[in-house]
Amino acid sequence: MKNGNRKKTGRQTDVPEMSEVRLALEKTGNNIFQSVPVILSVLLLISLVLTLIPAAAVEKLFTGNRFLDPLIGSIAGSISSGTPLTSYIIGGELQRQGISLPAVTAFIVSWVTVGIVQFPAEALTLGKKFATVRNLLAFVSSILIAILTLLILE
Amino acid sequence: MKKKNKKSYLSWYLLSAVVLTYLFLFLFAPDLFNRAALQFLKLLKKMIPVLAGVFLLIFVINLYLKPKKIVRHLGQESGFKGILLATVAGVISTGPIYVWYPLLADLREKGMINSLITIFLYNRAVKIPLLPMMIYYFGISFTVTLTVLMILFAGINGWAVEKITGRKVL
Repeated sequence: MKNGNRKKTGRQTDVPEMSEVRLALEKTGNNIFQSVPVILSVLLLISLVLTLIPAAAVEKLFTGNRFLDPLIGSIAGSISSGTPLTSYIIGGELQRQGISLPAVTAFIVSWVTVGIVQFPAEALTLGKKFATVRNLLAFVSSILIAILTLLILE
Repeated sequence: MKKKNKKSYLSWYLLSAVVLTYLFLFLFAPDLFNRAALQFLKLLKKMIPVLAGVFLLIFVINLYLKPKKIVRHLGQESGFKGILLATVAGVISTGPIYVWYPLLADLREKGMINSLITIFLYNRAVKIPLLPMMIYYFGISFTVTLTVLMILFAGINGWAVEKITGRKVL
């Protein structure tokens, strides 16, 4: 194994050097520094929304239709952006309020795979045709994955 | 620790705005504040052990896996090995998606094909450190099913993108 930064012990196991541990700690620290305020904000906002809007009203937004619900979920996920952790929290709490699993599944899949917000950057660096085709296919896939997940789990 | 740029603090501005909203509620709608704060504490209490697991996994991945090194091999690879490398690199990659675009564009110049770029970008949806959170909310059966389906669809998307756009396009 080509590895200049790792020590080999007598038992031939890779032991990360202190500098690598420090770097990994720093990267994780940065991650926590950026994620924690977002997670706290999302939890605070969800708590407020759940208190303000009764579950029945949220349920009315979704029809229970196997095709329409994932479509709505996928549109919502596509226009959203941020760490996937946020999508799990929002999706999970919405499901607890009665929103269908296909809608939530399409939402969390499209959150990462479709990037409307990042589209200009993707088109500029990787090409307009590539970015358009990739995002459209990812959008359709999120709906198919949602339907398949439900069919498999049922 | 490196000096943080303005963007790093955006999340703290967001939290400040939300806390100010709660402060406003505390002053002018104390009943709503009490109910929302109680709901928040209930959610937070359940979330803390899950988040501890998530950050521990992020640390382990940061320590042992180097996605950029793997991605650099993709400039020359194709076939099954290329698909496997693109999948692994996508799964373990971290950070916002846009920071990867310039590197991927550079690798395409060096021979990385469109299907592998697509597979890499799609597999970013599979996040190992976040699996405890997904299991917490949706259960293990859902998590396994969705993870397998996303990896399969990454391959299907890669194949379809290449069929439509060709091996390389700008």
